[in-house]
Amino acid sequence: MTEPAGSEPAPAAAAVRAAVTGRRRSYGRYVAGKVAGAAGSLAFVLVLGFFLFRVLPGDPARTLGRGRFKTQDQLEEFRAQYGLDQPLPQQFLTYLKNTFSGDLGESLRYRTPVSDLILDRLWPTLLLVGTATLLATLIGVYLGVISAWNRGKATDKITTGTTLTLYSMPEWWLGLLLIAAFAVGMGPLPGIFPTGGLHSVDAEPGTIGYVGDTALHLVLPVLTLVLVYLADFSLIMRSSLLDEIGEDYLVTARAKGLRDVEVRRRHATRNALLPTTTLIALSIGFVVSGAITVETVFSIPGLGLLATEALTIPDYWVLQGTFLVTSAGVILANLLANLVYGLLDPRVRS
Amino acid sequence: MTTPASGPVTLTPRQVTRRRRALAARRTWASFRSHRSGLFGLALLSFFILVALLAPVLADGEGLEVTKATGGVLESPGSGGFLLGTDENGRSIVTLLIWGSRISLFVGLLATLIAMVIGTLVGLASGFFEGWPARVLYRFTEWFLVIPFVPLAIVLATVLGRSLLNIVIVIGITGWASTAMLIRSQTLSIRERPFVERARVLGAGRWHQMSRHVLPNVMPMVFANTTLTVALAILAETTLSFLGLGDPTRVSWGTMLDDAFSVGAMTTGAWWYIIPPGVCVVLVVLAFTLVGQALEEVFNPRLKGR
Amino acid sequence: MNGVDAVSAVLDLRDVTVTYRTAEGPLPAVRGVDLTVRPGEVVGLAGESGCGKSTLVGTVLRLQPASATVEGEVLVLGQDVQSISWGKLRALRWAGASIVFQGALHSLNPVQRIGAQIAEPIRLHEPELSRQAVDVRVEELLEQVGLAASRKRSYPHQLSGGQRQRVMIAMALACRPQLVVADEPTTALDVMVQAQILDLLKDLVRDLGVGLLIISHDLSVLADICDRVVVMYAGRIVESGRANEVFTDPLHPYTKALSGAFPRIGDPAARYAPAGLAGDPPDPRDLPPGCSFAPRCPLAVPECTVAEPPLVEVGPGRPVACIRVGES
Repeated sequence: MTEPAGSEPAPAAAAVRAAVTGRRRSYGRYVAGKVAGAAGSLAFVLVLGFFLFRVLPGDPARTLGRGRFKTQDQLEEFRAQYGLDQPLPQQFLTYLKNTFSGDLGESLRYRTPVSDLILDRLWPTLLLVGTATLLATLIGVYLGVISAWNRGKATDKITTGTTLTLYSMPEWWLGLLLIAAFAVGMGPLPGIFPTGGLHSVDAEPGTIGYVGDTALHLVLPVLTLVLVYLADFSLIMRSSLLDEIGEDYLVTARAKGLRDVEVRRRHATRNALLPTTTLIALSIGFVVSGAITVETVFSIPGLGLLATEALTIPDYWVLQGTFLVTSAGVILANLLANLVYGLLDPRVRS
Repeated sequence: MTTPASGPVTLTPRQVTRRRRALAARRTWASFRSHRSGLFGLALLSFFILVALLAPVLADGEGLEVTKATGGVLESPGSGGFLLGTDENGRSIVTLLIWGSRISLFVGLLATLIAMVIGTLVGLASGFFEGWPARVLYRFTEWFLVIPFVPLAIVLATVLGRSLLNIVIVIGITGWASTAMLIRSQTLSIRERPFVERARVLGAGRWHQMSRHVLPNVMPMVFANTTLTVALAILAETTLSFLGLGDPTRVSWGTMLDDAFSVGAMTTGAWWYIIPPGVCVVLVVLAFTLVGQALEEVFNPRLKGR
Repeated sequence: MNGVDAVSAVLDLRDVTVTYRTAEGPLPAVRGVDLTVRPGEVVGLAGESGCGKSTLVGTVLRLQPASATVEGEVLVLGQDVQSISWGKLRALRWAGASIVFQGALHSLNPVQRIGAQIAEPIRLHEPELSRQAVDVRVEELLEQVGLAASRKRSYPHQLSGGQRQRVMIAMALACRPQLVVADEPTTALDVMVQAQILDLLKDLVRDLGVGLLIISHDLSVLADICDRVVVMYAGRIVESGRANEVFTDPLHPYTKALSGAFPRIGDPAARYAPAGLAGDPPDPRDLPPGCSFAPRCPLAVPECTVAEPPLVEVGPGRPVACIRVGES
């Protein structure tokens, strides 16, 4: 804090250089920390996957094959096939080796490799979750800004009340209501949107009509997720902006002669958006969770539907695979958001 | 009004404490009363708790048994004396709703209790202790926090099997991480406050500092957080029931909705089967959320005036 | 000052009163203040915290909170800022008069480079300037306040407290205003840096011919660099005059206490002067009857509590509000 007298101008350039390199170094440290954290999370998920499917059930073969095996021989065969007759450490090593080489086992139902199934079902989920997160973020941030600037007024109360009510709905229940209202049609309302699926039967892949058809199929499921998770995003933005509103630098900005709108946009909102990045990333996990039930309601052939279908069998390796892949996806999305935040906020770098 | 202990009437330390607590409680209530949305939530909540407690008085429990059902299949509201119609087994929806509130609230509250106990213990420990155990706990919490809830819950519920208690356990052990994070940050800030430092300097042991100074100061936030967690737990119960992981022998709002979905209530136009349970869920979740937010504002001075 | 009274004032406060609406009733923060600052003049405003100084700063650019009512006239460059249109007000802000805010750390946007923050008002008020011209101006300003031009790429948290205060000054000068108001520009800085910042301000006034109003709770700081000093207590002016006269020969008992409360460095006599005041400034909602200073005044007599003493000229350009002055 102290400033040596008269030593200002000459070493300043050096100081700036030092600050710049120091900044790079400290961003490097920040990145390293976040990557290590994400790696830890991934490792934890791996261990958890093993624990959940092979340790927790006691006799995994019996649980896994519940009601499927008539004879002891069938059970033994199942055990041998999945290496469940080996000691746990040996099983863990095999599990690690297989997982890292992309071998997630074979589906009991489809008799195909789980990794193929997952790759097949990944895109619809990514499309759904990605679109919904993007829209919910944009609209949520906008609503958060509006209610923060009108704190305590009718606009704020209506916005917060509506989003909180939507937030209190099970997403799949809202999905059902939307299907009834806009797909089946209720009373005078005609059904405009398809009731489910991702494509029409007659849609030709690769054409513009195909894209439009997919978009039409996505309207209701995306709307469901956006409506339910809007509150998450708008409340985050609202409180983040309220933190900024009392700050002195906004008075400075007004004193400079900026209009109120410019003070909001250029200073308060922009600064409030920064910490919001990481908080929004944490909500991606919830959107993914919501997508699982929404896919079920709208029969969208994604990872969620794959998992819920696997539940009824139960198709263990599919469940394990979807658990590993969705968790890894959420962890990576979080990491990405944290890295972006580090780039955007200069304070992180020092 | 508040006489110090050295006044004409000598009070024992216990009495002083009790008076202080009573005063604090009055102040908290006065502050809570100024939150209109919180009061609305509280009223709503009281209504549902009353319904759950008085279920045997309000509706005959025999109405839950499929074999003793008196109505026709999916009768519409009003017909045959059923206020909200019947389900596919001819049971009264109203009866199911009333008894379902018990299970839904029970699961929500018990699961939250588990989450709170784990979350508070882990949070306090990782915030209060130093060195590698604290770091490990903190990392553990952080890892848990990013794992998406539904995939983990599905796996757990599948492995454990379908029962009411298992649902409670699954929701409890998947929901503690955010509580632990909150408690940890609160503990860290309280640990640095002068009165704890003074106690430390005066030779108070860790246990004394923790139980006498840190815990009482963290409790209000735990309480506010609990209320918010119940909302999430009730939603989680609905979702797990919908996925077919609920206890098939018990009626909850979640299993009602699952049954309604299975028999295609929405497409056949049996709205009375699918809308009322959903509305109940929304109202209860909203009530817990509103009360929780109001409590947060009461207990966290930084949020005052929002 | 030097007989050039014809020069119109850059700041002219006429009977300014500021009242806040609060839950506990009206709070008069400033009561009937008259004050002028002429071009090239440095005026100091002294008083304890809570005496209404900072409230007064806010009124100069109409930055007071919505709960405040301002009466009287606040003339900046001849325009009444409290009643002109928002458009005219925005044009006047920063281009006509600027403020060096208290606490540079919080008054600068934490996530914008300081170059951008200095350039912002220039772009706003002189949109005809090219990007390069603005850049050159920013670099000049930084050098003017003793910082390297390359500092424009720094963020506030990368600078020391003194450097941030320099940035605030550079920013205040960005649009070449005719009036600069500095609100506690040196609080929270250590003594060495304080002296540097004050010298910088003084030089800038001399070189640029702007009017400068410095607010401080430290009378000795003001005595060093001001032409005139105004002392406020509980929202009113209690004494004003030439800086060195007010400091070396204070007339109002409050000024006497203030000049003793902050011993001048290197002045051994100051050490034996009466130390700081006992008691606290009064609650503005519940002012004592008569002279507001009477309850803390060592010279108070019963008559002091009868009526608020008016400002009376006891010498040329030396008004004082105390009935006991001139008695002995």
